Order: sequence, then structure tokens, then C-alpha cells
Amino acid sequence: MNKRRPYVRSMDGWWRKNPFFVEYMIHEGTALFVAAYAGVLLAGLYRLSQGEAAWNSWLTALQNPWYIAFHVLALVALTYHTYTWFKIMPRTMPPVVVGGKRLSAWAITGSGLAVAGAASLGLLALVWGMAR
Amino acid sequence: MSEAQKKIEIEVLRYHPETDSEPHAQVFEVPFTDDMSVLQGVQYIKDYLDGSLSFRWSCRMAICGSCGMMVNGIPSLSCQTFLRDYYPARVRVEALSHFPIERDLVVDIGGFIGKLESIQPYIIAKEPRTLAQGEYLQTPEQLHAYEQFSSCINCLLCYAACPQYGLNPDFIGPAATALLHRYNIDSRDGGKAERMELINSEEGVFHCTAVGYCSEVCPKQVDPANAVNQNKTNAAADYFLRFLRPKGGAK
Repeated sequence: MNKRRPYVRSMDGWWRKNPFFVEYMIHEGTALFVAAYAGVLLAGLYRLSQGEAAWNSWLTALQNPWYIAFHVLALVALTYHTYTWFKIMPRTMPPVVVGGKRLSAWAITGSGLAVAGAASLGLLALVWGMAR
Repeated sequence: MSEAQKKIEIEVLRYHPETDSEPHAQVFEVPFTDDMSVLQGVQYIKDYLDGSLSFRWSCRMAICGSCGMMVNGIPSLSCQTFLRDYYPARVRVEALSHFPIERDLVVDIGGFIGKLESIQPYIIAKEPRTLAQGEYLQTPEQLHAYEQFSSCINCLLCYAACPQYGLNPDFIGPAATALLHRYNIDSRDGGKAERMELINSEEGVFHCTAVGYCSEVCPKQVDPANAVNQNKTNAAADYFLRFLRPKGGAK
């Protein structure tokens, strides 16, 4: 008789067993804020299509303290999402060789963050300029 | 108190398939010295405290890839993990996660061996050469392209670090994909089309959700997450480019 009886351990609660996995779940969780914020923008677009009165009532609704609190929370979540997105980027792409040398992981992450920061500031400046 | 009298507690997850219905922890007190690895700790247990303790080891210098264990929940080579980094606290040692426990710290690696065979981990010559024609030449740059991925020692720490493999053991996983990639990008190899079928399959790279822990725990800096994620791009290219090829390209 075969005396082998390999024991398979349960995966229940796997992400709570290692701080690395907890962080992974948090950074994946911030994607929900990206989706929620896209929903807010789409709602605005829909209200715009309904005419000026609908658009203005949407703008007024955005001034609700709860909505502002959501935006602050979403900004924090999206900033963290952006950071983790570029942090994993070097692992997801082919090696980048510049001048015969392979670009370091931090150089790739840093460039990504710099581009994201510049694009955000550029967009902010553009919208600010249009709103004045 | 003299150095020789210091003791450290090692908690080992025991499992004996003939008598136990499930694993249980057992604590041993082991004499501690500053230069002792976790492997030496469990070797002391086997030699002096309980000869029935089972574990795999061979080289003691992070080359053979046999002594992988969970040390305080982290996939580690027990030969290069030192008890002094835990002393005086207790150290918890467990069989590698995500693999069935055969006995004590020994896991069933049959699933991985099957995957390793399936990726054809050898050069499938692009242009077969006769002995008279001489060796297959390669430039240092061509060697450099795959060298990192050839450093894998099959220690399976990356599988113990991969929750997606734990949730679905059919996933081809980090090390097998890294080795597959190593041969696919070798300038002498012509087997890429055959291996891409595995990458593109249901068990292929798209189970990966870029957790990235596999590359963190790799003792040889292979960066298997990079091999897996580069092959997501390759698989997507394979899928879309077949529409451009005559007869569809895919089998």
C-alpha cells in the first residue's frame, strides 16, 4: 500500500499572512478609487449632455463636504496607486539599454513618476488657466 | 554564561503521513552559536533531538536549491538564513508554502518537475550543425541577454512566494517561465514557437497578477516576475500578429 498522503495547506486568508501581500492588496485596492473617480467624471459628462441646468446642479453637488472628502481620499489613493504602478514597472518590461548599459530599476521608476508628475501639473495648469 | 550554553527555540511544522491527520508545531531547544544557519539548526535537531525529522539539503552554500523552507513565514534558503538574525526570539520553520507536504519539511515537487520538462529546458538548435562545422558561437551581448535567467537553481522559493500558484497549482509559475524565457531569447535557439504555446495556454502567464514577491525572494536575482511579464507582451503579440500571418500562424 502506498503510504504517501501529501497534505495540502489551505489558502484561506493568504494575503494576511505576509506584510508584502497586505501591501499588495492595499495597492490593488486603490484601483477601486480610480474606478470610482472615473465614475464621477462620467456622471459629470452625462449631466453636461443634459444641458446647462443639469451641469450646474452637478457642480453644486460637488461642493458637498462629503464629496470634497471623497476627492481628498481619492487623491491620496491615486497618488499611492501611481507610485506602486511605476514601482512594479521595471519588472514588467524588457531591459532598457542606454549607452550599452542596462537602465536600473529605480531609473525606470523615477522616470515614470517624473512623467506622471509633470503630466499632472501640466493638466492642472491648463485647467486652472481655462477656469480663470 | 558561555557562548556554548546559549539556546534558541526552533518551532518546526511536523507532519507524518502515516500517523498525523494534519501538520502540528513542535518546539526544540537548540544550542546557539553566532555562525549557525537555520539549516544547521534543523540538522542539530535531527542529529541529537529527534532523528525522525525529515528535510532536504545538500550543498550548504546556496547553489543546490534543496533546502528551501518558510522561515518565520518568508520563503528562504535555510543554508543562507542565520539564526543570529532571530535570536533570542523563537524561529518558526515550515515546509515551503503552496506545495503539498510529503513529510515534515519535505514537499512534493512533482508538479514543478512536470512543468520543467514541459518547457523543453534545452537548446533546440535553430540551425543544426555537424561536429565538423564546430560549436555554436555567441557574442558576449547575446550571452548577456539571457544570462540572468539561466541562474535559476530550481529552489522553488518563487513558487512559495506566488499566491496565484497557491490558488491554482496548474499555473506554470515563475521559475519555469524564467527558464522558458532563458531558452527563447538565446540566440542559438529555435524552439520559441513551440514554447509560446505553453505561454499562451490557459496555464500560461496570464494567471500572474504582478504581485512581484517571486523576484523579491529569489536568492539568485533571476527576476522571474520580469520573465513572466515580458511574456505577457509576447503572448499578446502572438495573438494579434497571427491575423497578419498567412494561414493564421496559430496551430
